[in-house]
Amino acid sequence: MTVDLGRKKVGKVEITTGAVLPSNGSTQSNKTGGWRALRPVTDHGKCTACGICWVYCPDASRFKDKDGKYDFVADFCKGCGICADVCPVKCITMVVEEK
Amino acid sequence: MKEVMEASHAVADAVKAIEPDVIAAYPITPQTHIVERISEFVANGEIKSEYIAVESEFSAISACLGAVATGVRAYTSTSSQGLALMHEVLFITSGMRLPVSMTVVNRALSAPINIWNDQQDSISERDVGWLQLYVETAQEAHDMTIMQHRISEDRRVLLPSMVCLDGFTLSHVYEPVDILSKGEVQSFLPKYKPVHAVLDPKEPLTQGPIGFPTHYMEFRSELVKAMEGSLPVIEEVMADFSRTFPVQIKDSRPEKYYHVEEYRMQDADVVLVAMGSVCGTIKEVIDDLRSKGIKAGLLKLITYRPFPAKLLAQKLAPYKKVAVIEKAISPGSRCPLYTELAEALYDSKERPALRSFIVGLGGRDVTLGHIEKIINMTLKGEGAKEEWMF
Repeated sequence: MTVDLGRKKVGKVEITTGAVLPSNGSTQSNKTGGWRALRPVTDHGKCTACGICWVYCPDASRFKDKDGKYDFVADFCKGCGICADVCPVKCITMVVEEK
Repeated sequence: MKEVMEASHAVADAVKAIEPDVIAAYPITPQTHIVERISEFVANGEIKSEYIAVESEFSAISACLGAVATGVRAYTSTSSQGLALMHEVLFITSGMRLPVSMTVVNRALSAPINIWNDQQDSISERDVGWLQLYVETAQEAHDMTIMQHRISEDRRVLLPSMVCLDGFTLSHVYEPVDILSKGEVQSFLPKYKPVHAVLDPKEPLTQGPIGFPTHYMEFRSELVKAMEGSLPVIEEVMADFSRTFPVQIKDSRPEKYYHVEEYRMQDADVVLVAMGSVCGTIKEVIDDLRSKGIKAGLLKLITYRPFPAKLLAQKLAPYKKVAVIEKAISPGSRCPLYTELAEALYDSKERPALRSFIVGLGGRDVTLGHIEKIINMTLKGEGAKEEWMF
């Protein structure tokens, strides 16, 4: 499939048709974890590695740690607390971020 | 093939001939007959379109947006509250320049709850960046459904479109219609070839990214340019359609489709401007009054978005008295079509006295008597600048 992005300059700004970008994965380079007010702290002793937090996380910000238990991705987690809410063994605590 | 059928079915039959890749819709009165018939076609295996039965109009338009973003053709239809529920996604569809085609069966908005016809629903969506074409007859509804796809998908346009037809007074009314065959439709409307939006793992793209203050205004100005640039494309497609498919049923549509249809405007002392099915009633009154020596004419507006301001100014400037008849209001201001026409005429050296008449809200009958009264009031300069024809 040949794609024509319709690149053109409007004044000093380069744009494409409908703002389509000729790349993907920009959400990985734009770190958004700084929006977070609460941090999910996981008790790996209690975690059963069921993966429910990973399923429910709306931001793909849960990952399997080296010990096979789940933890959060600091660069992207926004601290919504859904993981803590859905965890069946309640091993995630939301803790206020402090500078 | 000539058939007597309701406008809803004439639209559904056009969609059948087009056979879009994806159809996503949620039933709402008075649009139901369109989607019921289409889902029957799908269930019977008459068309191979993927029919997504969604749980709301928000999902219907989102599914269509997503489908077109992958590079295929998508169609939907709605009315009133359904269109209002689509509101935020309408902006996204046009901003991403995805040519979704939709039929809006015009119905009033709540409150109070009302399922009958006026045009407040689509008129209120005039700023979302979608093309809007208003039809008068079942034949026009059939033809315009075919044309809208070609206009929207043209690489010079790449904008979604609404074909707007009046609920009940047109959607449920039986008229003779010349239904085009699948072969005829598909030779006029070639297979959709996506330009900028496709889903291909070999060529990954990002669609719908954030537009920072450094870029957002430029995208918005491009949208306006695309809208303006669609005027000649609409004209071109309408002309090609009219040439390819000559009129089969007398008075079922204009001989040559155009942004406007002029009806007995020559030497008129008063010209009415209106959109949609009410034009049929107006034409009948004009014929009757002309036979009695009263010179009235009609300028029927088909293309409302983009608004053909220059064309309308040129057509209307020579007349002394113009009455705008509309089925939508703008509480706290004058009626939408009236204000836009006034703006279009503002720079003309000579311009007519312009009057605004509100008719047919929430399914109130618009009678021959109403139209005759509007013509007489305009000729005599009686009444207020804005009149409610209860």
